Amino acid sequence: MTFITNFPFFSIVGSLFFAVLIFATQSKPRAGRILAYTLIVITMCLSATTAWYTWYTGESFTYIMGHYPAPWGNEIRAGVLESLLATCFGGILLLSIVGGRKFIIHHLEDASKHYLYYIMIALINAAMLALLYTNDLFTAYVFVEITTLASCAILMIRPGGRPAAAATRYMIFSLMGSGLFLIGIILMYDITGHLLMVNIWEAVQNLSANGYYRGPLLVAICLMTGGLGIKSGLFPFHYWMPDTYGAATPSSSCILSGIISKTYIFVLIKIIYRVVGVDVYYSTGAHNLMFLLGIIGMIVGSVAAIRSQKLNRMIANSSAAQIGYIYMGIGLGDIGIVAAVFHMLCHAITKPALFLSGAEIIDASGDKQDFYSIRGAAYSRKMAGLLFTVGALSMTGVPLFMGFISKILFAQATIGHPYKILFAVTALAVSTVLNAMYFLRTVINLWAPDVHHQAHQGSLMSRFSFKATAIAFIVLNISLGISAQPIIDLILKGLAML
Amino acid sequence: MALRFGENLAINYEEAVAIILFAIGFCMLLFHNNLLRKIIGLNIMDTGVYLFLASMGYIEGHKAPIITDPGTTITETFINPIPSGLVLTGIVVSVSVTALMLALAVRLYKRYHTLDLDEIYEIIEEDEENDIHN
Amino acid sequence: MIHKTNRLSAAYRKLFRKTYLALSIVLCLVISVILLWTVSYLPPYGSTDTPTYNDVSGRYVNSGMTETGATNIVAGMILDYRAFDTLGESFVLFTALCSCLIIMYGSEFAIPPRPDKYLTEKDNILKYTMFVVIPMIMLFGIYILLNGHLSPGGGFSGGAILGAGLVLMSLTFGHDVVAKFLTPKRIRVISCCALGFYCLAKSYSFFTGANHLHSIISPGTPGNIISAGLILPLDIAVGCIVACTMYSFYCLFERGDI
Repeated sequence: MTFITNFPFFSIVGSLFFAVLIFATQSKPRAGRILAYTLIVITMCLSATTAWYTWYTGESFTYIMGHYPAPWGNEIRAGVLESLLATCFGGILLLSIVGGRKFIIHHLEDASKHYLYYIMIALINAAMLALLYTNDLFTAYVFVEITTLASCAILMIRPGGRPAAAATRYMIFSLMGSGLFLIGIILMYDITGHLLMVNIWEAVQNLSANGYYRGPLLVAICLMTGGLGIKSGLFPFHYWMPDTYGAATPSSSCILSGIISKTYIFVLIKIIYRVVGVDVYYSTGAHNLMFLLGIIGMIVGSVAAIRSQKLNRMIANSSAAQIGYIYMGIGLGDIGIVAAVFHMLCHAITKPALFLSGAEIIDASGDKQDFYSIRGAAYSRKMAGLLFTVGALSMTGVPLFMGFISKILFAQATIGHPYKILFAVTALAVSTVLNAMYFLRTVINLWAPDVHHQAHQGSLMSRFSFKATAIAFIVLNISLGISAQPIIDLILKGLAML
Repeated sequence: MALRFGENLAINYEEAVAIILFAIGFCMLLFHNNLLRKIIGLNIMDTGVYLFLASMGYIEGHKAPIITDPGTTITETFINPIPSGLVLTGIVVSVSVTALMLALAVRLYKRYHTLDLDEIYEIIEEDEENDIHN
Repeated sequence: MIHKTNRLSAAYRKLFRKTYLALSIVLCLVISVILLWTVSYLPPYGSTDTPTYNDVSGRYVNSGMTETGATNIVAGMILDYRAFDTLGESFVLFTALCSCLIIMYGSEFAIPPRPDKYLTEKDNILKYTMFVVIPMIMLFGIYILLNGHLSPGGGFSGGAILGAGLVLMSLTFGHDVVAKFLTPKRIRVISCCALGFYCLAKSYSFFTGANHLHSIISPGTPGNIISAGLILPLDIAVGCIVACTMYSFYCLFERGDI
């Protein structure tokens, strides 16, 4: 039984090892893809087992990376929430690359580079798992950098100028974020003398009880929050998003918006719970700023989505709005964090579905993205149309879909915050209306009968893999929308363990 | 509320210099449009961070943590080895990031013959508009 | 119509640029002032009265040598106590290598080849100087690589020096000379083997450590060249990775191929 405690470690180091293996199989393009698929399936199984184990025993465990325990060596730590998110993100990673396979082949004109794409997938898998499981701040920084580099790589692997320009902009924002995050970690180290989360937590409780180093502590917390906020696309720093997601190959957009930004946010949640401590964090007031920026981001992102002329940019701008929701939840605290984690899952399941189906629709309309051209495209790609409709309804917050549950949770979380409730509920209402405006407009547009465009069949027919992915996404979305309670219970249990 | 500085600013001159370096790099990253200057700014910013980190481990009068005579018992006192190790890791990260950014700059320059990000975006948008109207 | 939108967007862009500049100035000022303010409250520089001078660094310094077998305590720390970070760090390099491969490999974006003949045939001073200098650089690199656990240095610094030597060789004698012994295939094989070895060796150490199993790796006698358990082999592996990566970066920028 205790052998299961090795699983998180196996999945991280295994992913790194598989990345090297794929590098070695450079001359056989098929091998790289199969290795990547195998890797993700294996790590998913390992994470699921870990999740079951931690749920069954009811407590989390730490795993020493080496021979030296807590304050001296590196450690990783697994609880219900970490392993649950690892399982879900692994599944979404797999669905994203399976569903977008046709576009990977089409967009990466040079077939000799496909293996590099799968190396990056393996590295992203490794870094994601390491970020979820890490119990050490500096390890978090190292793997944040791996994630940054790998996500830039999967962005610009599509030839052409726009992906490169978008990748550059993404890198500049990302590196600013990393710089601030690193300075935050260093300040934290300087005033606590530790790098492991448990020890920092103890030291921080001590410091805040005695009132030592109040200024540096506050600044360190703000810098870490700000750095991760920039990297995940919080409001004033969301400019890279539409460009980035619009320019990349659909699988990359799915991974970036679905998984990578969520991983950064999870690192932030981990910092709140395990590094700073909830009480200290919420006494600094940093969460109020997050709440405010989150709300502004919700509105600004939705307005930008309404104004956008292209399908991909619309979906990308809506991502900025959804990130705003998550930060609003974190800013509310308590149930807000449950809502935020649930919305992370919801968005991670819905947004890849939208990107993938959006790509199919654009392909069916002859590579045109404007709303006039895509009219009626759902008739030639029924599965894509259906998937887009489900995603759009979920993002709007229609009952039966996941998005509805997260909106209810957000609304619940506002209770008990006398000043915030007004802003939060207004923002939720306004943003829901705005969401409905642009998503439902697009859905209606897609299903509008239009003889003119029936002729367009697109250059690439849907593959079986896309249909399977679409069904998986639809089933996931609806089943979690109908019976969300088990997942919410798991999240509650996981947060209690953090 | 007046911003009151603590008493350690003069003692912590090395950290202060590191912070100023960091701020210079950060400004370069934000203000300059030229990609190469942005990359140089990035490196200055990283250097500032590493100086900050290294100055944290220094202890007056203590030696670098390398034991010269392993046979005898240790009588010397050493500085804190942790920041040195972290700086090592950080340097490798910054080398990797710089390489990737330079490669991106080369790719953009070959295509658009400029290193100005704004100009590149203008060209891209013009190209796309032409695509739509043709 | 096109003209009009262009003009509009130009005005919009100008406005955006101005607000962006103003916001950036404010952001920079705020960040630097706040950080300076923070520095003024940090523990004093160079004193022992800081939180970082605690039992963690104390244990590294006092029992680092007996526990890891390395007289260079920093090497012992990064390759034994905090080895997971360093594993991640090598993979950062690997990620960067693959990313540069994506951008530069076989693409039209590589810098056009430079005529190597000019240098090799005409510049005798350069050539003969390099005959003397390059072996010394290589020797120095290998020395630093192999003495990482005993003296300042280690895998990263030694590998960087080796890589610099390779780049210098390629610059003076032309790429073909280096390609005679360091073919693209060999670079790949060396990187793969070194990274794979690193992964497996560290996994063994992590696995035995976490499960409290007996590990066959012993620290040895501190101060000897063959000592410090895994640190020496890991240093060699890291050195190979770094040297290959640095040289590959150079080649990719120079010719668009490894």
